Amino acid sequence: MALNITGRKLFVKALKEEGVDTIFAYPGGMITDIIDELYKTEGINVVLGRHEQALVHEAEGYARATGKTAVVLVTSGPGATNTITGIADAYYDSIPMVIFTGQVPLHLIGNDAFQEVDIVGMTRSITKYGVTVRNRDDMGKIIKMGFQIASTGKPGPVLIDIPKDIQTISGDPEYPEHVDIRGYHPNETVHIGQLKKAYRLLKTAKQPLLLAGGGVRIAGAEDKLVKFAEKMNIPVTTTIMAKGVMPEDHPLFIGNCGMHGRYAANKAVTECDVLFSIGTRFNDRITGELDEFAPKAKIVHVDIASASISRNVSVDVPVTADAKIALERLVEYAERIECKEWLTEIKAWEAEHPLSMPKSKIGVCPQDVCEAISEVFPNANIVTDVGQHQMWATQFIQLNKGQEFITSGGLGTMGFGFPAAIGASIGNPHKPVVLITGDGGFQMNMQEMATAMSNKHQIIICIFNNSNLGMVRQMQQLFYGKRYEITDLSSSDGHYYPDFMEWANSYSCKGIRITNDEEIKSALNEAKANKKGPTVLEFIVSPDDLVLPMVKSGTPLSDMILR
Amino acid sequence: MKNRWIALYVENQVGVLAKVSGLFSAKSYNLQTLTVGTTERDDVSRMTISVMADDATFEQIKKQLNAMVEVIKVIDLTTLPIHMKEILYAKVSALKPEGKTEAFQIAQVFNQGGNVKIVDIGEDSVLFECTLTERKNNELVALLKSRFKKIEVTRGGAVAVESISSSCR
Repeated sequence: MALNITGRKLFVKALKEEGVDTIFAYPGGMITDIIDELYKTEGINVVLGRHEQALVHEAEGYARATGKTAVVLVTSGPGATNTITGIADAYYDSIPMVIFTGQVPLHLIGNDAFQEVDIVGMTRSITKYGVTVRNRDDMGKIIKMGFQIASTGKPGPVLIDIPKDIQTISGDPEYPEHVDIRGYHPNETVHIGQLKKAYRLLKTAKQPLLLAGGGVRIAGAEDKLVKFAEKMNIPVTTTIMAKGVMPEDHPLFIGNCGMHGRYAANKAVTECDVLFSIGTRFNDRITGELDEFAPKAKIVHVDIASASISRNVSVDVPVTADAKIALERLVEYAERIECKEWLTEIKAWEAEHPLSMPKSKIGVCPQDVCEAISEVFPNANIVTDVGQHQMWATQFIQLNKGQEFITSGGLGTMGFGFPAAIGASIGNPHKPVVLITGDGGFQMNMQEMATAMSNKHQIIICIFNNSNLGMVRQMQQLFYGKRYEITDLSSSDGHYYPDFMEWANSYSCKGIRITNDEEIKSALNEAKANKKGPTVLEFIVSPDDLVLPMVKSGTPLSDMILR
Repeated sequence: MKNRWIALYVENQVGVLAKVSGLFSAKSYNLQTLTVGTTERDDVSRMTISVMADDATFEQIKKQLNAMVEVIKVIDLTTLPIHMKEILYAKVSALKPEGKTEAFQIAQVFNQGGNVKIVDIGEDSVLFECTLTERKNNELVALLKSRFKKIEVTRGGAVAVESISSSCR
């Protein structure tokens, strides 16, 4: 029998056996032993963030850019509580992640000890699984379970809390290859009868529509989806989490649907007679008023999580399956449907209200910036923060194959973008990352500039600065009689703080301020030439620019505000 | 809205009860009772849960429970033949002698095979110990409340098991 090893040694052994080459970590008193073990370890890049929330977003960006399970290591107490927003974000966007938190020694748990919090309890509703290691000999099994659970089925975050003494106690040296978890059986098959029923229903449609959600991307089923749509000759709309699963210039692609979706796409959802949806949970941003969602349609819902099916929208044919497994079969069945009139009708809606923004009176036009980004960076991964700029990016960024669109869709976390962009660049150092962010959200995690400078990867930080919290301001403008309470970020002295150019300079980073449309491309090209680190591009945008169309929360998709 | 019953096999571990009950509060499900105890296996606990829900919500509750890693098996008892009992203590106080007599009469009427007993007695009070179905316990409590002024009720929540060849719910 092999000799016993310490918990800290087993921790590193587990990471190695899981093939982890990068972890996102911030030190603290209850993980000093593990950190010391990492010092002695070759082959694991330990990324030091500047705040634990940002660290988790960095891990999310990394997971999204690489498809790997991301690993986060933080200390107990405030280190752990700071991760909560990031964990919730990863949970709602199904990002595979294992978060390790230090914990006070076993005998102090429950004493309100220094930097003690019940982090497993606090995160119970936003993790797939969470557990405190209470017995050193269970540690290997628990870590293995963590990686298995995080990465299979509907992926998500798992939290493993390791008390300080467990890290130094000697015990079982084995890290298991596999753990049988009796309460966890991710769906790996599809009920063929049910899938055929779904297909037959689709085949009868005169006005069919495919709705693809983020599950298609997570399953790696993009090509199958395109093939299925092509063979059947039916139009495709996507949620924001699925943006890019179909090339956006594809003749069957009709744009995103939902609160800020394309007019033609929302009309198509409203008028279709069969809505064939795959890998979406029918979030309220997609459906609008539920009672009037796809009112004329029979609905098929394919999803890996049976709990997502018939939760928000009642479904005619439910199919519990991984998107890829289902689509592989569907492609075999697929036969062409003649629906020329329907396709023509959708085209007519698009012509009636194409996506387009009026030119602004001041600053640059966000549409022009997004279109220029697509042109200058046809291969970059695109990351956004949350707000108006995010919706403009979903509307106007054109994605090509191989480009990821990384955004906080489910939780809508301001402050997500910048760290996620850093994580994406760490995961894929040779691919440029374009961050599209607002001045509000950017300020929520701008301390990560130090992390970005340490890693020296190409990140083009495009700050859309309208000196306002634009999305809420837009609601105040449209629905609250222009009573702009606490959405103006300018100072009472009339200045805007910080001066992003001077701020960038203080990090030895190049900053360019762009105030009119003529300067957009040259600025982007200048940033493109700087391959050795971040470049800050501050685009001055009018606070009066709106994201349109807009479906007011709680109203039907067909009620779009268009101008 | 209907009263529904679920039996749940879960891992006998720290935090599992909190996770299951947390689901009901987080999603605003209307939990009626929840009981838990170990089974013949030390590492498995069984819960009996009753919840008020419409059809769609109840389906969702079962799916959400099934999705939990710590939940080993979910059994919908709503339409299954089962045996179900709930332990109940009712202390009736400030009794006059005739009240005491009536308490004994009530116990006698409700009692079937020793499942309703008066197990303790004082100068002006008696203690009922009942092992009845939840519904029968409700009826008993209603009766005691209508007949006596001062009563104190402690209920354990229902425990249910699938029938072999007869049932009682």
